[in-house]
Amino acid sequence: MSPETTPGAGTKDEQTAMQGAAAPAPEPSSGPGSDSGSGAGAADSVTMSIWRGDPEGGSFVDYEMPAVEGEVVLDVVHRVQAGPAPDLACRWNCKAGKCGSCSAEINGLPRLMCMTRMDQLPPGEPVVVAPMKTFPLIRDLVTDVSFNYEMARRLPPFAPKPPEPDGTYRMMQIDVERGQEFRKCIECFMCQDVCHVIRDHEDNKVGYAGPRMFIRYMELESHPLDTNDRRELLRQQMGLSMCNITKCCTEVCPEHIKITDNAIIPLKERVVDSSYDPVAWLGRKILRRTKLTAAQSAADAPAHKAPTWEDA
Amino acid sequence: MADHEMHEFDVVIIGAGGAGMRAAIEAKERGLRTALVCKSLLGKAHTVMAEGGAAAAMGNVWPEDNWQVHFRDTMRGGKLLNNCRMAQLHAQEAPERIHELERWGALFDRTSDGRILQRDFGGHRYARLAHVGDRTGLELIRTLQQRAVALGVDVFMECKVLRLMKDDDGRVAAAVGYWRPTGQFVTFLSKAFVIATGGIGKSWMYTTNSWESTGDGHAMAAWAGADMLDMEFVQFHPTCMVWPMTARGILVTEGVRGDGGVLRNAEGTRFMFDYIPPMFAAETADTEEEADRWYDDHINNRRPPELLPRDEVARSINSEVKGGRGSPHGGVFLDIASRRSPEYIRRRLPSMYHQFKELAGVDITAEPMEVAPFQHYMMGGIRVDADTTSTTVTGLFAAGEAAAGLHGANRLGGNSLSDLLVFGRRAGVAASDFAESQQGTPSVSSAEIDRVCDEALEPFRRDGGESPYDIQKDLQETMQHLVGLIRTEDELVQALEDLDKLDERAAEVSVTGTPVYNPGWNLATDLPAMLTVSRLVTRAAIERRESRGGHTREDYPKTDAELSKVNLIQRIRTDGTYNLERVPLREMPDELAKLLEEAAP
Repeated sequence: MSPETTPGAGTKDEQTAMQGAAAPAPEPSSGPGSDSGSGAGAADSVTMSIWRGDPEGGSFVDYEMPAVEGEVVLDVVHRVQAGPAPDLACRWNCKAGKCGSCSAEINGLPRLMCMTRMDQLPPGEPVVVAPMKTFPLIRDLVTDVSFNYEMARRLPPFAPKPPEPDGTYRMMQIDVERGQEFRKCIECFMCQDVCHVIRDHEDNKVGYAGPRMFIRYMELESHPLDTNDRRELLRQQMGLSMCNITKCCTEVCPEHIKITDNAIIPLKERVVDSSYDPVAWLGRKILRRTKLTAAQSAADAPAHKAPTWEDA
Repeated sequence: MADHEMHEFDVVIIGAGGAGMRAAIEAKERGLRTALVCKSLLGKAHTVMAEGGAAAAMGNVWPEDNWQVHFRDTMRGGKLLNNCRMAQLHAQEAPERIHELERWGALFDRTSDGRILQRDFGGHRYARLAHVGDRTGLELIRTLQQRAVALGVDVFMECKVLRLMKDDDGRVAAAVGYWRPTGQFVTFLSKAFVIATGGIGKSWMYTTNSWESTGDGHAMAAWAGADMLDMEFVQFHPTCMVWPMTARGILVTEGVRGDGGVLRNAEGTRFMFDYIPPMFAAETADTEEEADRWYDDHINNRRPPELLPRDEVARSINSEVKGGRGSPHGGVFLDIASRRSPEYIRRRLPSMYHQFKELAGVDITAEPMEVAPFQHYMMGGIRVDADTTSTTVTGLFAAGEAAAGLHGANRLGGNSLSDLLVFGRRAGVAASDFAESQQGTPSVSSAEIDRVCDEALEPFRRDGGESPYDIQKDLQETMQHLVGLIRTEDELVQALEDLDKLDERAAEVSVTGTPVYNPGWNLATDLPAMLTVSRLVTRAAIERRESRGGHTREDYPKTDAELSKVNLIQRIRTDGTYNLERVPLREMPDELAKLLEEAAP
């Protein structure tokens, strides 16, 4: 949260090398005996090739560790911390796939370290663990994900309609299920990480909320009680049209949320309808439901009242 | 000191789980300058792992339910050692706190007439837990997070607080900590502080808790001279994963049993029928037939013994394993596959399905789970006033798992999430009231701040000391083996001796690298709290020479009449020594006592 924690993106080039189909082979010279992990079938040790560095630069460092049955990548990272590298930086909390803290790029793919079993990775090959590329590096596997928190602050909040006379609400299960799908999101930010709109174009970050926030907008769009209209904001300031539906986000979602099909595409339809559809326009006239402009809608968001990432 | 980062607020809340965020919302809505300080990113606190639901007597499924029944269940579950006023407030206010979440955007599962659905859990007479599948904690934390963000609460993420400091009048006036991403120190001056730091589980080898649960708040309050209540009562959740070894301790929700799952030993017997204690005999089914009928008819049947309170179930599982009737990996079988359809299981328990599939290669719709009891929750903690959550130190408030009293000797499942909401809000109200009553700017000695920062950096200056990870590992082994589910005097005394040695070793740790996002150093700064809290637990566990709730003494297997009337209160004196005394329970008003006397259904 503090400005000092936002380092420049000095390591982008090194990390970009990770993204090809073939991750760079770790230097065998980085430690004595580091090549023995590649002995096919001999599963008594594993080689972890982990990014070590800070915004100034860094490299992959190999750690050869004894293999332990049933482990996930995070377990081995923890053993590296408890042994050869006590200062190895990584985030984690629940170690059960519920908090979304330990996102990393494992063998080039964004995954939760706590839900990636070692025995499901190619045997005998080094396991390459790198930080998420889209966010500025802090150190080792830890990145500055404040972009996502900033986008959350720009969201015009939930504004419920009045309750029933008894002070509570009635909602049918079928009507809450769409929103519940999106509320499964554990905010691992891997959908943001893999989204090429911001992964490959740093400049786009100022005006692009990203898949995580699109499902939040869709959640509120489909919320049976919400009255806020955020469609013009989405169209003009949140970059919804920049998404060209490659479904990369859906593929990496550990909660299997159908981000593209169930959120982004329906949102695009609603935004387009509200902008250009004469029937919708007429409907609004008749029902006297005036659509909010982007500015009106944005003024409702907490970020409007506070210094923003954009101002920094 | 010159470039030391300082902030001034009216209310500073340490910890951003359910209780901390609920307190922050309250203070911010009052228009006070409010800060929320947390060790991890916002929204990652341990509350996120709560699965089954939040207990609130809304009566949506069983209209017979009301706050009086919830109060009675909570008190009996806590073996009557609870603060009765807290149990009353909790039962009365929980429904409104749940409805409030809905006004902030939460989407709970629904009944057929569109109200909030409620599920069965151990020790609750009626289906009472508002829930979202088996990810209720996530719903709770996200709803509160989104509300706090919408209100514009100042959030200090990945910021670890080391110490509380008092002014000359003995009021808590400052908290000193550091930013984990940079290692830079920061001081918060404030009129009021709320401790909402959660649990202490990381001092055990196997726990459902995350790395954050190092008892920081418990220890900081104790160091500041606060009374610590009932520290011997640690909950071991009966059903946690046992295999693979590296997944040992991951929680398996009580919702599995609430939704029809049963416990079996290696012989296939539903062994819980052999362990029904006299206290619950009148309300527990004694045949499988009656137990199975209960799911559809709570009025004419009694509860299955699998849904006894957690302390009872945990001890029973332990006995089965010790008796040689355990599962291959040292647990027992939790079976829902043979009792409910795969569709039902996947709909009601999606994350359990996912968790076992991914981590253990077990399909819970087709085969039983292996489970055993591991450390889960701290009933004991900072002694608070029931109505205001104020501690015995001026200007300091506490709520959630870090506070004590509501749950007595054993917490019922589902009562934790409602605890966070009810007492998180009360902490926000009382801390705001207190802050508004204070004049002037809080101040503390800058030399004292320098001393705390300097002490935190010492491990960098030492060469050749032990790794903090080695000390953590040995502490975890001590607490796991000597201060576990079943305790004896000899082992507890041994644990105290071990803790003495660990204290000495912890004072000599060294770490490498720089303070920038350095987990080894972060752990070194967590160790003092872990050791202090472990000592408080062990000392109280020695003193309570009886078995009650979460505290089981093999050498004193029965309850003791004298000990049933007292709480154990500890205080760390200014010279660093520990004081322990027995304090009579809060007196129960007649109208509450009457509720307990009511016959079981």
